[in-house]
Amino acid sequence: MSGRLVTTDVLVIGGGLAGERCAIEAAAAGHDTLILSLVPPRRSHSCAAQGGMQAALASCAKAEGDSPLVHFLDTVRGSDWGADQEVANIFAKEAIVAVRELAHYGVPWTRVKGGKNHYFIKGDEVEIDEALENDGLITHRDFGGTAKWRACYAAAGTGHAALYAVDSEVVRLGITVRDRTEAVALVHDGSRCLGAVVRCLRTGSHFVVLAKATVIATGGYGRIYGQYTSNATINEGMGASIALDTGVVPLGNMEAVQFHPTTLVPSGILVTEGCRGDGGYLLDNNLERFMVKAEPEKQELASRDVVSRHMVQAIRDGTGVDSPYGPHLWLDIRHLGEEHLRTKLLEVWDICRDFVGRNPAEELIPVRPTQHYSMGGVRVNKDGQAYGLAGLFAVGEAACWDMHGFNRLGGNSLSETIVTGRLVGRRVAEFADGITLSADTSIGFDALAAAERRAEDWLTRTGNSRSIYDLRDAMGDIMMHKVGIFRNGEELAEAVEELGQLLDESDSAVLRCKDPGVNPELAFALRLKGMLRLAMTVAKGALARTESRGAHFRSDYPLRNDRDWLNRTLVRWGLDDGEPEFTYEPTGLIDLPPGYRGYGADERIEMTESLDDHNARVVDEQRRHGRLETTEDMGSRLDRDAWRAVTG
Amino acid sequence: MARRDGVITLSTEPRKLTFEIFRYNPEDPQSAPHTDTFELDETPFMTLYIALNQIRETFDPGLQFDFACRSAICGSCGMMVNGRPALACRTLTGDLPENIQLYPLPAFKLVGDLSVDTGTWFREMSERTEAWIHERQPFDEGATEERMSDELADAIYENDRCIECGCCVASCGVANLDDAFLAGAGLNRVARFMLDPRDTRSDADWFDIVAGEQGVFGCLGMMACADVCPKELPLLDVYAYLRRKTLGARFVSEDDKKT
Repeated sequence: MSGRLVTTDVLVIGGGLAGERCAIEAAAAGHDTLILSLVPPRRSHSCAAQGGMQAALASCAKAEGDSPLVHFLDTVRGSDWGADQEVANIFAKEAIVAVRELAHYGVPWTRVKGGKNHYFIKGDEVEIDEALENDGLITHRDFGGTAKWRACYAAAGTGHAALYAVDSEVVRLGITVRDRTEAVALVHDGSRCLGAVVRCLRTGSHFVVLAKATVIATGGYGRIYGQYTSNATINEGMGASIALDTGVVPLGNMEAVQFHPTTLVPSGILVTEGCRGDGGYLLDNNLERFMVKAEPEKQELASRDVVSRHMVQAIRDGTGVDSPYGPHLWLDIRHLGEEHLRTKLLEVWDICRDFVGRNPAEELIPVRPTQHYSMGGVRVNKDGQAYGLAGLFAVGEAACWDMHGFNRLGGNSLSETIVTGRLVGRRVAEFADGITLSADTSIGFDALAAAERRAEDWLTRTGNSRSIYDLRDAMGDIMMHKVGIFRNGEELAEAVEELGQLLDESDSAVLRCKDPGVNPELAFALRLKGMLRLAMTVAKGALARTESRGAHFRSDYPLRNDRDWLNRTLVRWGLDDGEPEFTYEPTGLIDLPPGYRGYGADERIEMTESLDDHNARVVDEQRRHGRLETTEDMGSRLDRDAWRAVTG
Repeated sequence: MARRDGVITLSTEPRKLTFEIFRYNPEDPQSAPHTDTFELDETPFMTLYIALNQIRETFDPGLQFDFACRSAICGSCGMMVNGRPALACRTLTGDLPENIQLYPLPAFKLVGDLSVDTGTWFREMSERTEAWIHERQPFDEGATEERMSDELADAIYENDRCIECGCCVASCGVANLDDAFLAGAGLNRVARFMLDPRDTRSDADWFDIVAGEQGVFGCLGMMACADVCPKELPLLDVYAYLRRKTLGARFVSEDDKKT
């Protein structure tokens, strides 16, 4: 890295699906666009998405009657009414276009085979005639929490195929990608974002990028759960962290953390929901399908939060399978047959072979729930514009847009990446059209100097301390065991206390490696405090939220409480501020009234306010919480009352 | 040692593993290429991902290596394991002898220790082969997708599965001598687009990319690439396909000149 100052029109931090799709939109509009990525972009965690991408194309027999409206309903119910319903509606409609666009970019989607097909549904093998006129269209597989088969897929490598196709467009457009770089701070003046300070992960040097518009697309924060996550090692939440550091941008719903039912024991590697979608079962130590009794209607295909809780309950009830790595359950896909496993679930076949030495056509797969997805993130309006800081946008898992609320449906995040990439990319381009790059570089250089001082401080600190990796492991243990699948006030309070101690310790921790260059220990140390701060916002948010909603389950407050908690948590916490500041905004305009999800618990504390009264205050209240104006009015893309045609 | 016998068990007598690891930090003027040796107790299902992190966190916090997904899908962690390119994350120590030598992949620029710059190599390859769909029409938001048989989709996916880990490049005698040789990953990428009817390039369009010394005819046929590919891509079939297509294109273009 030679220059200490780089300028560009649009800066995209993160080279996964959401960031790259957004960059394509900005570059296609004629903006000089720069992507920063921790890794070569094709190694971003989007590549690990396996089973599918939800879009209501309705091309196969079991998708008949599907539509964006049904997709919208599934998404809102899946979110346990935590989603912004207008955003969910925009998403459901645009997912169709976005998936077809990926076909245009070259994704080899699995296609409908007209004629007789064999499927496994709820334990039975069935023969279904696929209409000949649908032959060759993009087909679907079943996933959890959906009324119809809707997940479009390329074997079990959907994310890989999508990421490679999107990255090939990035190459075609000649967009500059700087891999092995990491944004360590945002440059801003308190009301406008001006770019970011970046650390080069080849040389360890810092530089500053000044941009008209900056996009955070850094994925989730799963690694605050230490080893208890299916996420890649690079999902440390640094995009959310540098936004939080500003003190003006709030993070939304940080306590909304998804646990995926089926990750491999002991490694925590994801085994796709497509296994259950294609007819796989969960078995306990008696080889019984406990989900049939627990959820007679949806069985293994209830939403992830519900299935994960039943699994942990089964283990607590003593019907888990003992192993040296703790108890687990079994995933059984043997009956799907070797041919199916070696084509449509090929990646699962490989993972079983490589990591537990098992043949899934003959043997059971040891699984248990593990942290998987971050519903929370940088709070943005429907244009992807962050609250509180003009010119800062966020997309994908890094953002809280917020179509997932308190539980994301499987396959919805992969479509979200490209839907928001397209949509927010357009807004980013419009924003960049309207402004000129500031000639004042002093704010940028001040931020650069501050980042260099932080690195220097780590290198010059001396003495004895626990290693930063010990602190990381302690954080992971606290998060999984006290801020996990079943939460309660007592343990959450302990978690807050203990995370506070770790934060103090991290301020005086000492590095053992002082080598010049990237220095991997320093690279992690520079993230550690940010990770601990994110962990604290999750724990404190979970402690404050005295209800159960979606993936946030409080044993001491087991009911969803639409009277007091039909809202979104916002947290602001500047780097030099003492305590995080929590506020609560309405989730958004409500069209589908809160009700039963169709699985899980049917008991709740009902909303007492009328929908009209609620909706009347949403726009003003969200503005007071920092929402910046949207290009189109709020509610303009809500199809009010359309759901009545489907649900009666 | 817990092995592939279908039951997870704990070992009673863990092996002591010795790792000999290549070290060089190009950013440190004091650093010179050498190897360091570390010892670890083997644990059940230990992979090189687990072992290397233990070494870094316990013994040497400066050790550089790359992992991201740690599930053999992102392609970050290619390295030479006992002289053979492999993905470290899916290499079980139980499949290796007690003495384990780890070196960075050759043919790529060294970043430091076991970390190499594959990103630049693959971006250049993608640019040179124009590895994107050269489509007939711009995308029409209102249109249904172009139809494709599921068999063809499967066939394209088969080539699309390459994770660009660079193991084939590192194993290739030609690629080690010629930076511009497309090697297994590059040739496979070309075949993937040739096979795709959505890409309108003709065999003749492909000719210059595939036919030269840096394309399929530069291959000496030693096929180490196919032996080391962690995704078991059918590279032999890929090269046969490319040779056939290229020769066909040549004859067509010679005929064109005559008429």
